[in-house]
Amino acid sequence: MLNKDLNLNEKMFDADVEQVPIRKGFGEGFLIAGDNNEQVVGICADLTESTMMHLFRDKFPNRFVQVGVAEQNLATVASGMAAMGKIPFISSYAMFSPGRNWEQIRTTICYNDRPVKIAGSHAGISVGPDGGTHQAIEDIAITRVIPNMCVISPVDAVQAKLATIACAITPTPTYLRLVREKTAIMTTEKTPFEIGKSYIYWQPMNNNIATVGIIATGALVHKALLAAAELEKENIYVVVLALPTIKPLDTDGVLEFIKNNGNKLNGIVTVEEHQIAGGMGSAIAEFLVQNNPLPMRFVGVKDKFGQSGKPEELIEHYGMGTKDIIKAVKELL
Amino acid sequence: MLTDNEVIDLEVKANNIRESIISMLLEAGSGHTAGPLGMADIFSLLYFKILKHNPKKPDWIDRDRLVLSNGHICPVLYATMAHVGYFEISELQTLRKFGSRLQGHPHREYLPILENSSGPLGSGLSQAVGMALADKISNNSERYIYAMLSDGEHDEGNTWEGIMLGAKYKLNNLIAIVDRNHIQIDGNTEDIMPLGDLKIKWESFNWHVQEVDGHNFRAMEDAINEAKSVSDKPSVIIAITIPGRGVKEFERDYKWHGKPPNYDEADMALKELRTLGGKIISEHQ
Repeated sequence: MLNKDLNLNEKMFDADVEQVPIRKGFGEGFLIAGDNNEQVVGICADLTESTMMHLFRDKFPNRFVQVGVAEQNLATVASGMAAMGKIPFISSYAMFSPGRNWEQIRTTICYNDRPVKIAGSHAGISVGPDGGTHQAIEDIAITRVIPNMCVISPVDAVQAKLATIACAITPTPTYLRLVREKTAIMTTEKTPFEIGKSYIYWQPMNNNIATVGIIATGALVHKALLAAAELEKENIYVVVLALPTIKPLDTDGVLEFIKNNGNKLNGIVTVEEHQIAGGMGSAIAEFLVQNNPLPMRFVGVKDKFGQSGKPEELIEHYGMGTKDIIKAVKELL
Repeated sequence: MLTDNEVIDLEVKANNIRESIISMLLEAGSGHTAGPLGMADIFSLLYFKILKHNPKKPDWIDRDRLVLSNGHICPVLYATMAHVGYFEISELQTLRKFGSRLQGHPHREYLPILENSSGPLGSGLSQAVGMALADKISNNSERYIYAMLSDGEHDEGNTWEGIMLGAKYKLNNLIAIVDRNHIQIDGNTEDIMPLGDLKIKWESFNWHVQEVDGHNFRAMEDAINEAKSVSDKPSVIIAITIPGRGVKEFERDYKWHGKPPNYDEADMALKELRTLGGKIISEHQ
């Protein structure tokens, strides 16, 4: 059952659940961050409306910089602005930023340790019809590997808004992973969000003991919760941990998650819309194998490129649907 | 305008910096020789006469900013900063050694008085553009941003992205100085990737362009003053320099781009530098 303490959206399992693109939450949060601090500036590489940065641009035209289709410039100009005290948010599609401009991000933002906030929209395979070139499914791997970088993958638009406001006041280079298509709203503005924290969204009803833990990030947290609800009908009990911050990893939260279940978990299933190699599941495995080894299954993209299709079709085709999560859980029973 | 005595003083300072460059490269056993020697005159002029800065207060907020894009010529930056008083000259001998503040390519985590870390080419101009843009947004006209670039890094697309953006936002608080020494690591620039007439190229991107002898202190000073007087564009000074300047054996030979002198070569170079090619007596003698 949903964790009552977190003020989650009770209607998230309804067929007509409210669906909002995660990037919209970013756009709204960025506007508030701009209101909160006049040092916040926006820089965009010719995708202002796609990344929802136009809300900020229209309100603060003097604090908005358009660099054209030039993602390397996007990152390096931001580094320079941050050196002069600005808090730059840069936005493009994740495939181009942090994809194309990875070295500039590494050297001029992270190596220089400048507080640039990188909003990568259109992350994941659910970009859909644009096809594989535009589906960033390697971005968690390439960002979390850089020292000084913080990596956040909000579960929905509401959380994206909170995450955007929160990261505007940290001194840390940050990657915000945003999904293009409309995704189910799971949280409310009262649902807690702190950078670096994980949250148990689902726990077994009637004090049943969970046998498998699911750790999920991004919009696929919804699939993980749907899977948990389905499994409960079969008297299979799981706990679901939402992990919006991938780096720094909430190691205390993950250990507590395992131990609170009386160390009874048979194993962990990780769920992410990303390549299995190097992603959130890898981060969990790197930690657990040294601290509390458990059998694991990884739900994610299995070393393939994406293709055109509807988001839902692609999620199913590449093995990240509810039934894939259920299958992975059952393998660990 | 610089007086005759000031010019002589700068020549001596640049020469002392060149001696330091040779000594530190010999001690390090690796590093780049030609670029640092070629830029010693310009760095001397900037740090001793042009830049608004204070070595005793490196974090002075209104200081001018100097962004080194081609980080591999950092021996000239480190040596100049030491000679102008940022740190002891003896520290130069730690270049490229374990635990040194003087990393092989500049890293401001180790040496926070640097404005930026650099090494990977092509990203310095854009960082300087970002700095100048930030000051424009804040209506801050207290300082100039200087971007030091190589000619070879014009091969990088990122450099041209920065050029376009600087012109778009009319950043007249930005002065780029290009070390036009015609060499890069694999050979002469015109053989590796022809750059052609950089003056025409920058002009066509709507920058104020001056082409100047990078070893002529007065001409460089004039050019910087002219750059500061431009109101509607960023400025670039294409400084024609001689790579390896000051050591005849090293001059204009691309093979000195990326290697240090051995003991005999350093000995020969230091002898030549100590007499300024026989021209004047250095203060070391």
